[in-house]
Amino acid sequence: MNASWPLLSLVTFLPLVGAGFILLVRGDAEVVARNARAVALWTSLITFALSLLLWINFDTTTAQFQFVEKHDWISGFGISYHVGVDGISMLFVLLSTFLTPLCILASWEAIETRVKEYMIAFLVLETMMVGMFCALDMVLFYVFFEGVLIPMFLIIGVWGGPRRVYSAFKFFLYTLAGSVLMLVALLAMYFEAETTDIPTLLGYDFPVAMQTWLWLAFFASFAVKIPMWPVHTWLPDAHVEAPTAGSVILAGVLLKMGGYGFLRFSLPMFPEASAFFTPLVYVLSIVAIIYTSLVALAQEDMKKLIAYSSVAHMGYVTLGIFTGITQGVQGAVIQMLSHGVVSGALFLCVGVVYDRMHTREIVRYGGLVRRMPLYAAVFMVFMLASVGLPGTSGFVGEFLVLAGAFQSNTWAAVFAATGVILGATYMLWLYRRVIFGELTRADLRDILDLNRRELATFLPLIAVVLWMGIYPKPFLDVTAASVDNLLVRYQTALAAADAPDGGDTAPSGRLLATR
Amino acid sequence: MLNFLPAVPEIVLACLAMALLMLGVFRGDGATRTISWLALLGLGVVAVLVLSVNGTRTLVLNDMFVTDAFAAFMKMLVLLGSAAGIAMSLDYNQREGIARPEYPVLVLFATVGMMMMVSANDLIALYVGLELQSLSLYVVASFRRDSLRSTEAGLKYFVLGALSSGMLLYGASLIYGFAGTTKFAALANIMVENADGIPLGVIFGIVFLAAGLAFKVSAAPFHMWTPDVYEGAPTPVTAFFSIAPKMAAIALFVRVLVEPFGPLVAEWRQIVIFIAILSMLVGAFAAIWQTNIKRLMAYSSIGHVGYALIGLAAGDETGIRGVLIYMAIYLFMNAATFGVILCMRQQGRMVERITDLSGLARTQPMLAAALAIAMFSMAGIPPLAGFFGKLYVFLAAVTAGLYTLAVIGVLTSVVAAFYYLRIVKLMYFDEPVEAFDWPIGRPLAVVLAGSTLFTLLFFVYPTPLVAGAGAAAAALFAG
Repeated sequence: MNASWPLLSLVTFLPLVGAGFILLVRGDAEVVARNARAVALWTSLITFALSLLLWINFDTTTAQFQFVEKHDWISGFGISYHVGVDGISMLFVLLSTFLTPLCILASWEAIETRVKEYMIAFLVLETMMVGMFCALDMVLFYVFFEGVLIPMFLIIGVWGGPRRVYSAFKFFLYTLAGSVLMLVALLAMYFEAETTDIPTLLGYDFPVAMQTWLWLAFFASFAVKIPMWPVHTWLPDAHVEAPTAGSVILAGVLLKMGGYGFLRFSLPMFPEASAFFTPLVYVLSIVAIIYTSLVALAQEDMKKLIAYSSVAHMGYVTLGIFTGITQGVQGAVIQMLSHGVVSGALFLCVGVVYDRMHTREIVRYGGLVRRMPLYAAVFMVFMLASVGLPGTSGFVGEFLVLAGAFQSNTWAAVFAATGVILGATYMLWLYRRVIFGELTRADLRDILDLNRRELATFLPLIAVVLWMGIYPKPFLDVTAASVDNLLVRYQTALAAADAPDGGDTAPSGRLLATR
Repeated sequence: MLNFLPAVPEIVLACLAMALLMLGVFRGDGATRTISWLALLGLGVVAVLVLSVNGTRTLVLNDMFVTDAFAAFMKMLVLLGSAAGIAMSLDYNQREGIARPEYPVLVLFATVGMMMMVSANDLIALYVGLELQSLSLYVVASFRRDSLRSTEAGLKYFVLGALSSGMLLYGASLIYGFAGTTKFAALANIMVENADGIPLGVIFGIVFLAAGLAFKVSAAPFHMWTPDVYEGAPTPVTAFFSIAPKMAAIALFVRVLVEPFGPLVAEWRQIVIFIAILSMLVGAFAAIWQTNIKRLMAYSSIGHVGYALIGLAAGDETGIRGVLIYMAIYLFMNAATFGVILCMRQQGRMVERITDLSGLARTQPMLAAALAIAMFSMAGIPPLAGFFGKLYVFLAAVTAGLYTLAVIGVLTSVVAAFYYLRIVKLMYFDEPVEAFDWPIGRPLAVVLAGSTLFTLLFFVYPTPLVAGAGAAAAALFAG
């Protein structure tokens, strides 16, 4: 495979082609549903296979963007269709293409109404996600970043639970409110640097005073998306009401957009401002880790518990990113990937019992191990991965983040480490209440264990969790060069700012002070 | 010899309108459909003529009339809007028993007025064009003359419209009194020459002029008439109102402020910023409580004018380009929305409550998809066209250093997103009520499909519109 093939565009837009095919499916409801499922599954599988080619052909020795494509888009403005991946975005592309077929499998029987629309929404969502991670033009990035809202809004609102309307609106408006400020910042950057090209902007030095405002605007968007405390409240609602597969994608990929944004924009483009605001991010991250872990302890709804645990895990990610140290940033990336797989899998686990019992309340379960040994084993793997047991993917990320945080700020690491204990508490307790104990409830007596389709959904996830936990080198190799490059730029910029004549890093508060 | 070649499109259209009026008088109501189709054909011919008129700046008719790339761009939008207005009325008027040949004829006269407005290069020409348009519109608003609501809408429109025309005329006379001329070019010279000593009277004149024009584009605080007229007028008329006259009025607003009073940008910018912010706020908040879809769209249009005015507030070439792109996209989004509203018919009678849309995604999925696309686009969600409209006006605001305005703009767009989403929610999340009547008639279907596809696929190839708007804006500043 060489540059003559627009591989990235294929991966990005193939799902859209599949959606187009589904749109054309006609016939009675049963046939349409069956065909829509099949087309969606095959499209997403082929997309995944193509994205594997990306990984195989990926050159891990360079931090350059690879598989680059560039076409004029809005001529006269220098806005182009410019895509490419580097070590940071590559794995997120894979994560998106990996989770989508699993989501479609998980929705095979759970979604009974309007299957055709559902599958179209999912494929459109995949295009948006992949496109966002590949985009190397700010406007293109924003288009995909925001475009995600439309299919997700529909997925939550149409196929969600009883409070789906409230949750869908909350999700949409929260994220939109954050993102529009980023739009203004993007335009200000365009005005300042006269380009929307991300690789060019990565080398552009914005005036320090301007950086502060830009950083805050981007922060508003990414902090809501990732989400950080205290703007996380949309997440539990959205997770609880979304259909299982919607939660998987939400936790697995959509949250990562925030972290990816920090890595792509905040850190390299506004280094001084990032350094200036690091204490703020630390405090918010630690509050998120400890506070939401405690909140998770008190939850009675399984999905809500996992949703709060997501916020806590994302606290590690933001902590790691802003350490500005290789371990921390690498750890954050691995933590995001791991969380994408693990939390997605945990939502699928909840989905399995929800499909059977139509309730997510923890007290309605207990003693499932007696009837569902296979399920108990699968659940255990992901539960332990979420806790961060060595040998699972969760350990690698958390360990690296904490190692990085320890070098950067010991106290932050100490506080963050308490979150590991709390995490173990709420996850183990959840597991105990659901899986162990006496099987007292009559309606649980004839619950069925995992079927073949469900097993097929879980096996790839287990494989990845163990692979990342036992032999994370291939993943770290992919990210290493790009992360180093990013941090070299970050540290150089900071060193230049600290030099005697480099001015102070304290922002003056006036946006155009230096213009 | 009197050179009138550049004005040929207007002359042709005026003659055609009169000829069709004669045809209508002699052939009676039965000829309505023929006349409508002829009017559509005529609009098409005029569009070709507009495009074939030399694009360079030409002044004719004693410098009262100007043609340039800006005029050509806006005229194309006006013609598109008028054509959509006639096409959408074809079946509706027939079904409602108001199919009379006066309708297409009046629309054509209004269109002539609008084209005059776009090309006005003199305060008097401006007024004549504006009144030709307005008087036709007053009549069209009360076209269903046996309906109380429709006649009330027409009367209200007329009274308030006359008031605003009065204000505008008062402003024009002040300007004439203090500057001694009504010609745009001469006014521009005077403004440049006396840059540091502009008489207060001229400033007052501009304020009155701006107030009158704000009324015509239905910008807050002169928006009061909009919801009532939009609700009361027959739906195709509302659709027409919300697209074609708006284009002409915005074009006029832009030309008046930029050409003769360009040097006074610092003075009028405050006014424009004020009405832009107020319009966005009114459009965002007042619409939340609406239950009638036409009223909702009225407030939505007030909000959209607010966004377009952000570009005007920037007052430079980037800003005007933003206005033009915004209005062009708005035309298509609105045509799509009203296309769906015109399909809201249950058992032979029109319904207008937004709850009547409940569950539309189940009963008529294509119609629901079209409206959902229009709504997401109006909310400014990428990759739909509406996002690009907002992108360019906000870009202009940022370029001009109007950060506060840009931030207020994006935040109100979040509030506005709420009520647009509510429509999507009704259609997609709620249980179906009664289905709408089907089929919807071919002309309407064509307008609906065309504008929806434009809104959906604009992002694939945005260059022609962006480049066209860029050339039009440049023409305005070159002269």
